[in-house]
Amino acid sequence: MMTIREVMEIVDGKVLVGADRLDERVDTACGSDLMSDVLAFVKEKAVLITGLINPHVLRTSEMLDITCIVFSRGKMPSEEMLAMAEEIGITVISSPLTTYTACGELYVHGLPGTKRKTGVTEGV
Amino acid sequence: MAYILEKSFPVEAGAYTTAGEASTTIKRTLKQLGISAEVLRHVSVACYEVELNLVIHSLGGTLTLLVDPEKVTLISKDVGPGIPDIDMAMTEGFSTASAEARTLGFGAGMGLPNMKRNATEFDIQSEVGVGTTITMSFALAS
Repeated sequence: MMTIREVMEIVDGKVLVGADRLDERVDTACGSDLMSDVLAFVKEKAVLITGLINPHVLRTSEMLDITCIVFSRGKMPSEEMLAMAEEIGITVISSPLTTYTACGELYVHGLPGTKRKTGVTEGV
Repeated sequence: MAYILEKSFPVEAGAYTTAGEASTTIKRTLKQLGISAEVLRHVSVACYEVELNLVIHSLGGTLTLLVDPEKVTLISKDVGPGIPDIDMAMTEGFSTASAEARTLGFGAGMGLPNMKRNATEFDIQSEVGVGTTITMSFALAS
């Protein structure tokens, strides 16, 4: 478990939405560009690290009550996406790291991957 | 059965831009009814999956939300094309999604199994050339 502030510092990120929620806690993380997998695996109080930029990333996150999205490789969401994130109440961070490196840094700092109930998959 | 809430949402085939809007409305409506966060997550995930399926695979359809004191029910009814092999469609990893759907991050073949996993009761009926009806219910008491 760590705070969003710690997530931001670890991924060397910049907060685009939710600067007033940096003390919120997250328990797990998921790195994926495949929203189908995110929908099948993620639990609440999670960080999603993704290189995919489209409004469905936000819709998927809203359905799952994802706390924070980290867009990797310095990708910047559109104004429309940022407005959606404001409305939903999801914190958005842009990180210059690649998805692999951002996930790796968060993992070695103690943020575990999501585990599916069957126990088959870890760190999706 | 007297429903607390009964609402239908038309879902257009291929409308990728607006896909998910019905699910967003349904989630926010149920939240206002005071449904627990856990049940709400199960309903929301299954609802979003089934709405995406209507957009990606169907020729158009309707998503209906029913709420009674015991459960939330979602019914997805489309006008085709129908699923030739339901067992195959229910297999994780099997997908017939278009390149466009995959570009958006979908089409991993997780949708139907994920709906079944999230719903308390799941039923799928399909006939090629006629259409597919998926009925899912979610018990409100844990």
